[in-house]
Amino acid sequence: MDRDNRVCVMGEDVGHYGGSYKVTRGLADKFGDLRVLDTPIAENAFTGMGIGAAMTGLRPIVEGMNMGFLLLAFNQISNNCGMLHYTSGGQFTIPIVIRGPGGVGRQLGAEHSQRLESYFQSIPGIQMVACSTPYNAKGLMKAAIRSENPVILFEHVLLYNLKERIPDEEYICNLEEAEMVRPGEHITILTYSRMRYHVMQAAKTLVNKGYDPEVIDIRSLKPFDLHTIGNSVKKTHRVLIVEECMRTGGIGASLTAAINENFIDYLDAPIVCLSSQDVPTPYAGTLEEFTIVQPAQIVTAVEQLCQ
Amino acid sequence: MASAFSATAKFAQPLPLNTTSSARSQDKLSPPALFDPFRTSSSAATSPFLGSTRQLLCKSNRPLSHRRSSSSSAVVAISDVKQKKPKSSSNLLITKEEGLELYEDMVLGRSFEDMCAQMYYRGKMFGFVHLYNGQEAVSTGFIKLLTKDDSVVSTYRDHVHALSKGVPARAVMSELFGKTTGCCRGQGGSMHMFSKEHNVLGGFAFIGEGIPVATGAAFTSKYKREVLKEPNSDHVTLAFFGDGTCNNGQFFECLNMAALWKLPIVFVVENNLWAIGMSHLRATSDPQIYKKGPAFGMPGVHVDGMDVLKVREVAKEAIGRARRGEGPTLVECETYRFRGHSLADPDELRDPAEKAHYAARDPISQLKTYMFENKLVNESELKAIDKKIDELVEEAVEFADESPVPDRSQLLENVFADPKGFGIGPDGRYRCEDPKFTQGTAQV
Repeated sequence: MDRDNRVCVMGEDVGHYGGSYKVTRGLADKFGDLRVLDTPIAENAFTGMGIGAAMTGLRPIVEGMNMGFLLLAFNQISNNCGMLHYTSGGQFTIPIVIRGPGGVGRQLGAEHSQRLESYFQSIPGIQMVACSTPYNAKGLMKAAIRSENPVILFEHVLLYNLKERIPDEEYICNLEEAEMVRPGEHITILTYSRMRYHVMQAAKTLVNKGYDPEVIDIRSLKPFDLHTIGNSVKKTHRVLIVEECMRTGGIGASLTAAINENFIDYLDAPIVCLSSQDVPTPYAGTLEEFTIVQPAQIVTAVEQLCQ
Repeated sequence: MASAFSATAKFAQPLPLNTTSSARSQDKLSPPALFDPFRTSSSAATSPFLGSTRQLLCKSNRPLSHRRSSSSSAVVAISDVKQKKPKSSSNLLITKEEGLELYEDMVLGRSFEDMCAQMYYRGKMFGFVHLYNGQEAVSTGFIKLLTKDDSVVSTYRDHVHALSKGVPARAVMSELFGKTTGCCRGQGGSMHMFSKEHNVLGGFAFIGEGIPVATGAAFTSKYKREVLKEPNSDHVTLAFFGDGTCNNGQFFECLNMAALWKLPIVFVVENNLWAIGMSHLRATSDPQIYKKGPAFGMPGVHVDGMDVLKVREVAKEAIGRARRGEGPTLVECETYRFRGHSLADPDELRDPAEKAHYAARDPISQLKTYMFENKLVNESELKAIDKKIDELVEEAVEFADESPVPDRSQLLENVFADPKGFGIGPDGRYRCEDPKFTQGTAQV
């Protein structure tokens, strides 16, 4: 926002409150109420407003207080955000960033634990990225703001407390590239967002058991970085996808299809996809644990795949 | 859509029970209607407005200039401006030049739409085409007051809005034919007219979808003035939409935000009484749409949308208000579409008497009459304009006919402003770097 005064933020409670997860804390004091705009509770309308502002020269960042609320803005995201550049014959660009916390938290109940990646992935004309560490959160956010394309940035409710040393100088992460978390030889594990941490936890166990998993955080949910993924598949010949998305029609399903289409000759075993259960996230802690993928399941899956 | 209504649903259903006007029912089959659109009531407080050019009464008959003084003022209405013929030319609403400009714009709209119908039935354009015949006064009345930098946001019934704003007829016609020379390179079609040069921000297929976009454009105008400190930024945005949209959430959400932040926008309701086959009265609990403005803290005005001069007077006030930073206005223009909802609509539900009533108030004829009676123009000048427009429209059709259809290479362009958005392929190169990308055959 310092660098480019066309960048502005809009969302519920982003201004005076500093954001429901304090992501925008202090910005309203510094930049004023118009640049950090507290909107009324009208997702469809203020997302559309962001799109209109983007079409006329601003670079807005629209925050969904919880990603699930963006379901109310689906009309604007699908019809206008994704499609307007095309239906206007390229006349209008929509350099908007839509972001917000999503994913399964700690007993937040079904409606506050939604993962919208799978719903948005078919919309033509948008890019989707998921951040997972403080480093890539900053880098991806900067890249998304500077991109001329509409980008949806998925954050996770449980990852806001992570601390990490990040460089003082400016850097951006490439929106279309995946991140190699841990190189390995035996199996490729593809993951994103919070599941990265479950995978790394499982990886510790696996290493103790003698396995050498290669862990890739795909980061770019749409489009997939088939180069990094492909190189890994060609090396290890086994793929495990671990995601928090629902099983049906999720990112894992698309990724499985993409890998099968492009790299079937390099696979020694069918791709295994571990996703959340197709269940509305229950409130009870025990049940909630069973809906998402846990490290123990990842370990078992790797062992089975590597037999 | 095909109408699947029974015979009893032919006429306007009874209004909500709080209407006190009594009227004869026109339909023997339905129960006595509490409200008859074609009878003006003598009861002052709840005078029916549909089909009526009578004065609406509210708290008081305050003249135009005092109307905006407080946001808590009741609904305001425009009285029948200039019912009497003015005695001297200084009382006239328009000059000769303005009159000719308005006439030309309305005739362009009418001829263009008539030509669209012809071309559609000849198989030159396809899909859903929604024509604007009869509503020209609204488009001309408002848009001719705008500068090039002001924005217009419309609906699927957008051909004439684009034309009034300055998009060349040939570009619109080509777009309808689906050719690359169209204003959106053939990628938008009838319902998606965009022009960056003329600030036409669409063209939206779903109703209500454009209103937030218009609010965003107005927000940018305010942002430029207050944050970017561009002192001359006073661009106004007009959002056009219909009566059906006024029951949609996006409409209300945007009225709230626009009034809250005093955005430079005018919400123009083209109330043509019908949303495809749904009569406004059957869909709306309180059919007087202009009343919804004050509920949000902005003035709500009702105007006879078949009279371009009255629309223009109201538009001047509303646009001026927005430009001065005083905030939004809701203008309800009572108008009528002479044709069906779209060229696929058999238009069986509307009463022929209703259609005849409005056909008699054709905006183009009304303007003609006004100009003749006030000796602004003579017959030959108008005929010259008619001829000029005919030629323009013919030329537009020829141009569109001769233009090339889009080639496969156009398929993948414009999906992303930055085509790197298609991602990195298995070979490590971006998909858009694949030579087949520009041919439209790359795997993306």
